[in-house]
This record gives sequence, C-alpha cells and structure tokens, in this order.
Amino acid sequence: MSDGAAARDARLRGSLSQGVGYRTILPRVRRKRSPLGRWYRRNERAILGISGLASFFAFWQFGSMAGWIDPLFFSSPTDIVAAAIAEVQVPRFWDDVRYSLTEVTVGFLASFVLAVPLGLAIGWYRRVSFTFDPWLNFFNAIPRPALIPLVVLWVGLGIEMKIIIVFLGGFFSIILPTVEGVRTVEPQVLDVARSFRASSRRIFTSVVIPATVPFIATGVRLALGRLLIGVVVAELYAQTQGIGVLIGKSADSLQSDRMMFGILLFTLMGVITTEIAVRVERRLQRWRPNVNVEEGN
Amino acid sequence: MDTTFALSARGVHMEYRDRKSDTNLVAIDTMDLDVAPGEFVSLLGPSGCGKSTFLKIVNGLLQGTAGEIRLRSGRSGREDAMVFQDASLFPWYSVLDNVAYGLICAGVPRQEARRRSIPLINLVGLEGFAERYPYQLSGGMQQRANLARALAVDSEILLMDEPFASLDAQTREVMQAELLRIWNAAKKTVIFVTHQIDEAIFLSDRVVVMSARPGRILADIHIDLPRPRGLDVKRQQAFTGYADQIWHLLTSHGVSVEPTPDVA
Repeated sequence: MSDGAAARDARLRGSLSQGVGYRTILPRVRRKRSPLGRWYRRNERAILGISGLASFFAFWQFGSMAGWIDPLFFSSPTDIVAAAIAEVQVPRFWDDVRYSLTEVTVGFLASFVLAVPLGLAIGWYRRVSFTFDPWLNFFNAIPRPALIPLVVLWVGLGIEMKIIIVFLGGFFSIILPTVEGVRTVEPQVLDVARSFRASSRRIFTSVVIPATVPFIATGVRLALGRLLIGVVVAELYAQTQGIGVLIGKSADSLQSDRMMFGILLFTLMGVITTEIAVRVERRLQRWRPNVNVEEGN
Repeated sequence: MDTTFALSARGVHMEYRDRKSDTNLVAIDTMDLDVAPGEFVSLLGPSGCGKSTFLKIVNGLLQGTAGEIRLRSGRSGREDAMVFQDASLFPWYSVLDNVAYGLICAGVPRQEARRRSIPLINLVGLEGFAERYPYQLSGGMQQRANLARALAVDSEILLMDEPFASLDAQTREVMQAELLRIWNAAKKTVIFVTHQIDEAIFLSDRVVVMSARPGRILADIHIDLPRPRGLDVKRQQAFTGYADQIWHLLTSHGVSVEPTPDVA
C-alpha cells in the first residue's frame, strides 16, 4: 500500500515539475466478491444460457395460456410435449423414424464411399482431374432440389428417390474438400517421402491420405448438414413416409404441436450426427494442435 | 581414379527454362566436387547459388542437365539420406514413427524399424519424446528428430539442407555443437548446405564457397581447426581469420552477405 502511495506522490511531483510528465501504473485492485457473486462468475456461461432458454419457453407457455400467442399457429411447450408423448406410442411413428434414418444412413455411406476415393484420385492424378473437373463443376452448380422431379420420374416416389437426393447432397460436400486437400499437400513433405525412396503406394498412404483427413472431415460435417436438408425436402415433396411426412401432414391439418415435434426430431438428428462426426474427427486428428471444431453448420 | 571417395561429382550442371523470358537460367554451372569418407563439407553461398539444388540432385529429387555423380553405399546399402529445413517431419506421425519412416520405406517391418529407431532418438537427445507429435516439440527438438530420421537409414552420406536456418541464434549454436557430437558418434560423411559463414567454419573440415547465379565454386577452403571443437572455437583468431577470408571472397564477387552474427 505504501508503494502505491509513493507512486502516487511521484506522479504528483511529475505533473508539478515543468515539462516532464510521468505516468504511474498501479496494480489492479481485487474487489472482494460475495460467495454468490463468485458462484455466478464461475458459472456465468451456463447460467445465462439456461435462463435465456427458460425465459423463452416460459414466455411462450404463458403467452399461449394468456392468449397473446395463438396456439393454433405457435402451439405451446406443454402441447408439444403432450403431442410427443402421444406420437411415440403410435407404431407408424417408429416406422417413419426408421424410414428417415435409413435414408440418412444409406445416402451418407454411399456418398462417403464413392466421394473419398474419387476425390483422392482427382486430386492426385492430373489426368483424372482434367477428365472429371468439368463434371464436378457442372453438377455442383445444380441446386440439388431442382433434381427431385427428375429423380421421381426415374425411380418413383419411394425410398430410392430420397436416398439419391441425400446421396447427391453428401457426395459433393465431401468430394470437393477432398480434392482440395490432396492438391494442397505440402510439397516439402512429399519431397521427404521421395527422398527416402517411398513407393507411390506408400506416399499415398503415409502422406496424401493423412494430410487430407482434415479436409475429408470438414466435408463430412458439411455433408451431414446438407443431407438432412435433402431428407426434409425430398420427404416434403413426396409425402409417402418419414418424419418429413409427419411435419407436412400436421401442417396441413393445423396440428402445430405435432409439426413442432417433427422439426425437433430433425434437429436432434442433426445434433447427434454432428456430435458423432466431431468425435471421430478429434480421434483421427490427435496429431494436430488445438483442433477447434465448430459445431454444426 | 581415386576410389576412396564418398561422393564424386563431375561437371554437374543444372539449367531451368524460364517461361517468362523464354531463356535458360543456369542454376549450377559445371561443378566438380569430391568428398572423402567421414569428411564434413559445407556448401556455403547466398540464396540462389544452387547449393540446395545440388543436394537435391545428389539425393535424386532433381535431375541435373549434365554431369555425373558417384556415391559410395553405406553399410545399409543406402548411399545418402537427407535432413531438410524446418517443418519437414510428418505431423501425423509420432517422433518414433517419423524416425522409423526411412527404414520402413526400405522394407524393414514396422516393429523392427521402431525398435531400431530408439537408439537414434536417444543419440539426438530426445529420450522420452518418442511418443510425442511434432507440434509438441520446439523447433530445435524437431530438427533433432529430423536428424535422427536421416541417421536411422544408416547411409554413407548425410545431406543437410540448411537444417538450422529457422532456429533462433541460441538454439542454432546448441544444435551446431550437438551436430558435431552426433557426427563424431555416427561417423558419417556430411554435406551441409548453409548461408551462414560462422556455421560453415565451425562445423566443417572444408568449406566450399559458391557464387550466386550461376552457381559455381569460388573456393574450397580447408578449415584447419582442432577437433573436437567447442563453441569457444568461434572466438579464436584462426576462426575469425577464416570468416574474414570467406566474407571478402563473397563480397568481392558482388554477393551481399548477411553479417555473421556476433558470437557473444
């Protein structure tokens, strides 16, 4: 404390003496906080996040009960929970869930299995790249939903159509970053492999593929977002089966609570698939410093 | 012909086609070089003098336009192994797998290659770091791992391409002394490319001074300083004499030289 006083004196003298100015830098004074204040500081993020959500839902609930919000269009939290409880007891609902999950799984696996090898080949071999580049650019430029009527014409309204739409969304999201990843492999690292007389096969497995993994991972996360959009659009277009039908049909019959439940289901699917992808990604990239994966798209 | 050489280069010439001016640029102008087994030779010159290009031709990463190079094979059958500049470890492999890489490329089974890599990791002073990834190492440690990777294939010649260029001055001095210790233990022929005069003198038996484009040999100076050398050698009069000689040689050929950092 006496140091601080001395410094303040020095500042005073400095400002009084002609021409020479001093700036004194004093240590930070720690304010004493109450136990409650300390608890708040430690959990500020969670407290603000949760209370924001809670007040939103409370406002929604009371608003619809008090009549400021029309439950016909906006439903209410309790109605949505009630609709969910009723819905999960219907066998058809589980058929819908299975149907949508099948589309996502098959469509994603097909796009991954085809996009990764083709992307590696296009990125690595100049001739393959010259051959396929125009096709990639052309098909990538097509807004995918515009293809739905055409695909329906070819394969009908069944699950095949939806899988194809999901596949197209995933395929291009994965292949483009993969190609980019191969093309940006550090030349110096390739030189190292060559200097040790690595075979082409080993160069591929020990350099090209590991260097491209982060790009493939980015593509996969992008794909997961895109292919869920594909599922929703395809199911809403051809309302045969799936969670999209739940949303579409409930909207037609003004059952906003069931509709909201359907939307929540898709959201949940998005959250879970992204979480899985993020975990796999971290596991594959232990060698990278601070892999800060952004959540979702 | 003398057969007791580790490397013998005759008339090595390298030209590039420059697309813009549509002329040929001469990177290396008919260079002859003989290196005896176990010798430590530095190629010293400004950037663009073709010294790294020469190493890459020796290694086979580049092909020269003309000339012939003969290399002696080491005990393992490998003639040469290269230590690159910074950031040349595979970031996705641990130190151990990086060091084992050359052996695996030579067809040694993975487990065996790893087992044989451990003594080299210890030799370069990285005990306990075998499982680390490169990003977890400092620049100096990365270059130690880089050196161990080249030593692991047990070649006759080590080709070192400005391995300490991106290290800070203090780490560089430590690494120079370490390199001499390891060279002494591993008994390799070394061709060391650098643009630092004091580094070249401190390390080498011979300093081959090169001019800027077109790269050609200006002088081949024997460094007659006793070994083993400690860092205090840099303060001896003989050492500064060599430094002056080389500095004058380079500046008289129109090369602007970075001043040799003071040995404090």
